[in-house]
Amino acid sequence: MREDHAAGKRMPKIRLSAVIMIAYLLFLLVPIYWLVSMSFKSNSEILNSFTLFPDSFTFKNYQTILTDPSWYMGYVNSFIYVSLNTVIALLVALPAAYAFSRYRFYGDNHLFFWLLTNRMAPPAVFALPFFQLYSSVSLFDTHIAVALAHCLFNVPLAVWILEGFMRGIPREIDETAFIDGYGFAQFFTRIFIPMITPGIGVTAFFCFMFSWVELLLSRTLTSVDAKPITATMTRTVSASGLDWGVLAAAGVLTIIPGAIVIYFVRSYIAKGFAMGRV
Amino acid sequence: MDKPVNQRAWILVLPVVVLVAFSSVIPMMTVVNYSFQDTFGGNEFFWVGLDWYRELLQSERLWDALGRQILFSVIILLIEIPLGILVALCMPKKGWTASLYLVLIALPLLIPYNVVGTIWQIFGRSDIGLLGRVVSDMGISYNYAQNAFDAWVTVIAMDVWHWTSLVALLSYAGLRSIPNAYYQAAKIDQASRWSVFRYIELPKMRGVLIIAVLLRFMDSFMIYTEPFVLTGGGPGNATTFLSIDLVKMALGQFDLGPAAAFSLMYFLVILFISYVFYTVMITTDKGEAKQ
Repeated sequence: MREDHAAGKRMPKIRLSAVIMIAYLLFLLVPIYWLVSMSFKSNSEILNSFTLFPDSFTFKNYQTILTDPSWYMGYVNSFIYVSLNTVIALLVALPAAYAFSRYRFYGDNHLFFWLLTNRMAPPAVFALPFFQLYSSVSLFDTHIAVALAHCLFNVPLAVWILEGFMRGIPREIDETAFIDGYGFAQFFTRIFIPMITPGIGVTAFFCFMFSWVELLLSRTLTSVDAKPITATMTRTVSASGLDWGVLAAAGVLTIIPGAIVIYFVRSYIAKGFAMGRV
Repeated sequence: MDKPVNQRAWILVLPVVVLVAFSSVIPMMTVVNYSFQDTFGGNEFFWVGLDWYRELLQSERLWDALGRQILFSVIILLIEIPLGILVALCMPKKGWTASLYLVLIALPLLIPYNVVGTIWQIFGRSDIGLLGRVVSDMGISYNYAQNAFDAWVTVIAMDVWHWTSLVALLSYAGLRSIPNAYYQAAKIDQASRWSVFRYIELPKMRGVLIIAVLLRFMDSFMIYTEPFVLTGGGPGNATTFLSIDLVKMALGQFDLGPAAAFSLMYFLVILFISYVFYTVMITTDKGEAKQ
């Protein structure tokens, strides 16, 4: 602790930072609260009376979503392609990150920069060509198409984060293992991967998150069979534009998976963001 | 740290290269191809050379969108970076409150972009939204769907709400990596709070702050979903940023040629800026390694 002054001197400072924190948290949470409270209101209450708390508490909006396949299949579809994407991204990024963290090779810096540019590329640029590419190989409206499309930004990100974690592991460990007679594949799966489990967890979290929140590409590449929940929601807005309660409930349900996942990686999340080539 | 040269490392990198090439190089080639051709539907294409580029560079629509985009990104950086640092400095250092704050702060980052749009759409409406209602009751006329200035304020507030936490988390991670000895030394020297920040915390956060500025600049420069859901680019064209304009052109009007030319120029601008940032990052990296 660095502020070991007299208590009287310390109090105002702590109070100021607490005030700032609480103000910021209120700013973050009030809009979310509004969404949650609206999801428990009936549509007539939303439109006709202005209430801070749901007057007649109802689960009807959630019931609508959980019983109507055109709603709940959206969640299933999203889950399928997000998981596929996370698995693919991790499988290809692990060996690549190892190579970047351990060796110099011809064009390594240029390659790394090229990967990074894909993370920085505007998805809008790729919407149209993706649509045509995946249509031409008849993958349009499949989960794998969205999963592959999201690799565009998730694979570079995965390589970036994993490389940071792998650099933290001393190279002597690799050398010792090779001297002990381990082959590369055996060393990699049995020794190296268990050592960077937190890194893999953080990477999986970020891949999951960026694939889960993305709308433009997943909407462009799907129509019915693989339609994600995010696209279902925008369609409902434009079609009826009135059923605010159901829309709010759908929104709340999209927040829950993220909130659960974040609880498990809370102590690594800040570190994960900062890893990269810092 | 000197790494051994080993060309066989390419084998390990190959899957990534193939996968990313499939999802970026092939589509990019299509884009380049379209940008030099015209079509009247079907599969008939005509070579038009640089016509689309010439047309776009003279169109006010593009320059207006670019102007709005740059203004937006600059405002976003000016608000989010200082605010994020401030929040990180106010975060508790350890204990259960630290974990709780981390989880709460990270929450907006995990909300799908279109739900962020929906949240603010609901929150800001003067008939059913808390914000809109309160502001209207204070006697200020506020309607983000009809007034361009209100739309801007709402879009900026939404982005600050959505992404300041990212800056805060990054800065927090940077702060956590400062050894306690630095603070003790500062205390012995009786350094003021400001000089602790200026000479210890800020230089140590430089690395993460570069990343934060890079990510926030890039992501705000290609923002699409949130304003699309909130305002649909309106009122008029007030919040039509580059991506919104591009998608309108490409998937709305199916103007393949101009849209492709637009995409390429957009991409090149981003590429150039990334390159500048990347070079800066590498140099600071080396600079720190030498110290």
